Amino acid sequence: MAENREPLLQVKNLEVTFGTRRHPFHAVNGVSFDIYEGETFGLVGESGSGKTTIGRSIIRINPVSGGEIRYKNQKISGKISKELDRRLTREIQMIFQDPMASLNERAKVDYIVSEGLYNLGGHLSEAERRDKVDTALTDVGLLPEFASRFPHEFSGGQRQRIGIARALIMQPQFIIADEPISALDVSIRAQVLNLLSDLQKKRGLTYLFIAHDLSVVRFISDRIAVIRKGVLVELAETETLFAHPLHPYTRALLSAIPLPDPQAEKNKKLLVYDPGMHDYSVKKPEWCEMEPGHFVLANEPEIAEYKKALE
Amino acid sequence: MEQEILLSVKNLEVKFDLRGRTLNAIRGISLDLYKGESLAIVGESGSGKSVLVKTFMGLLDANGRITDGEILYNGQDFTKFKTEKEWLAIRGKELAMVLQDPMTSLNPLKTVGFQICEALELHQGLKGAKAKEAAVSILEDVGITEAGRRFSQYPHEFSGGMRQRAVIAIAVACRPKILICDEPTTALDVTIQAQILNLLKDLKAKYDLTTIYITHDLGVVANVADRIAVMYAGDIVEIGKCDEVFYNPRHPYTWALLSSLPQLGVKGENLYSIKGAPPNLFTHIAGDAFAPRNPRALKIDFVKRPPYFDVSPTHKARTWLLDPRAPKVDPPESIRKLRQGVSANG
Repeated sequence: MAENREPLLQVKNLEVTFGTRRHPFHAVNGVSFDIYEGETFGLVGESGSGKTTIGRSIIRINPVSGGEIRYKNQKISGKISKELDRRLTREIQMIFQDPMASLNERAKVDYIVSEGLYNLGGHLSEAERRDKVDTALTDVGLLPEFASRFPHEFSGGQRQRIGIARALIMQPQFIIADEPISALDVSIRAQVLNLLSDLQKKRGLTYLFIAHDLSVVRFISDRIAVIRKGVLVELAETETLFAHPLHPYTRALLSAIPLPDPQAEKNKKLLVYDPGMHDYSVKKPEWCEMEPGHFVLANEPEIAEYKKALE
Repeated sequence: MEQEILLSVKNLEVKFDLRGRTLNAIRGISLDLYKGESLAIVGESGSGKSVLVKTFMGLLDANGRITDGEILYNGQDFTKFKTEKEWLAIRGKELAMVLQDPMTSLNPLKTVGFQICEALELHQGLKGAKAKEAAVSILEDVGITEAGRRFSQYPHEFSGGMRQRAVIAIAVACRPKILICDEPTTALDVTIQAQILNLLKDLKAKYDLTTIYITHDLGVVANVADRIAVMYAGDIVEIGKCDEVFYNPRHPYTWALLSSLPQLGVKGENLYSIKGAPPNLFTHIAGDAFAPRNPRALKIDFVKRPPYFDVSPTHKARTWLLDPRAPKVDPPESIRKLRQGVSANG
């Protein structure tokens, strides 16, 4: 279904490098993917895999050192015009991981939520601004009177809702959710996940959902990309990925999902991924499509092997 | 089925003084810990699970006090302890703790080796080369490769999973009888989490430990726990063997916790989420603490606190639903699915 839709965001051969010129560190190395309008794209990897860096380069916090990012068929990486920059800030918003750290402790919720409006909202009257804040708070299931309180008066789940309200008030089309629920309790996780999917249905939002936990990503994503050490190793539609994962790293990640079932857990075999198992000295690995929409990083002998496994 | 009781908590109550008000953190908990078992305590943040184990080690904050009950261990009653000196004989030696965040529980200014030797010296009187030898072997036990080199490195040179291994090494260095793991894997990646849980299981056998896991995620403990205690608002609402709690849960709160796991979610549908917020522990709670959030609550739930009803000799739950006079209430769909096995899920 994805083929005939228009990609909202295209990432092509993205490279992000940190460090000095002499000692460069490639955090992201040649990553390409498309995100279609209205879908939820899950990006999964361990800490240090570069998944957050990708999210941050899309909203132009981290400079890109190679490749390009296109949004609505327009280049948004590198130097761009001031108007485009302002438009992007409005249309692409981010939700952060730790609701304790991402809200200004000294500002009231009213200011936190409307900060974007002050900067980019144009010429809103005070009444209009208040109105927008109230709507945004109501949309995420908070009461409008919370606007006059400080972040420390809220629980973790409520704070994350404030973070979501802050993103929503700009009426974005694309939201980057960077581990939005990993700092929350299981029971609160369900609430926030439900809220995110409700908002998507209502407003036709597109999400880039970054996480390390495949079980969460499976629940919310339409397609999933697995990243390891700055390189994508596999990309497929969610159910395809879970039904027949090809890359050994994906399989290791899947085997690590904790199951709420004692019997299944006892019989479970934990796979450990050893990068030494690939022999890439002769034949270099390539990004190739194994079946429609299912990509994997492999070299020629591995492709043959995976093809066999698929049949 | 007679098992030796290692630690016994009887009718424990803990209160905190906060800005002139009293918070009832633990409201009458009784719990036996058997030798050699691994017990998981599961609950939301604020349910009092951490407070409960802190009383085992005399680590309550200064404004907290035990107002009633006893904690019996080896003929001693912890609640009678007055001085730090009494606690020093227990802490580390008899009970040790692994905390959630390995970043904050290690001293960044000392090498990992030094921190393990510190424990060895204090509790076993080992010094110098002997202590180092013992420390290196413990590091190997917790799965750190090149232990000799790692011994003289600092915590910042370790990855998150390695750091947690180092913390575990310090905890087991004193050869404790009981190892308490307070959210040992919450700060870690899923793959590392699975490895650390396996490690803890191996160490338990090797060092003859009794372990207590504290977690908010029921999904994590299916593999490691023999028994599970579900805590809500300072009380154990359900306790039973691992299989009993997962396959035949009886308390509505346990149902709610299990159904909100994303592993059990059906795509495209909303996940089950618990409505409302945990009760205010400053006020007296009449009846079942979970009743206001429970869509299946009975009238009596709001009036009278339910006693424990036995489901099996090892499984009991505190809910009026188990009373013979109660109407029959079926657990939600996803729980019934779990009973048939969720193996289809993975």
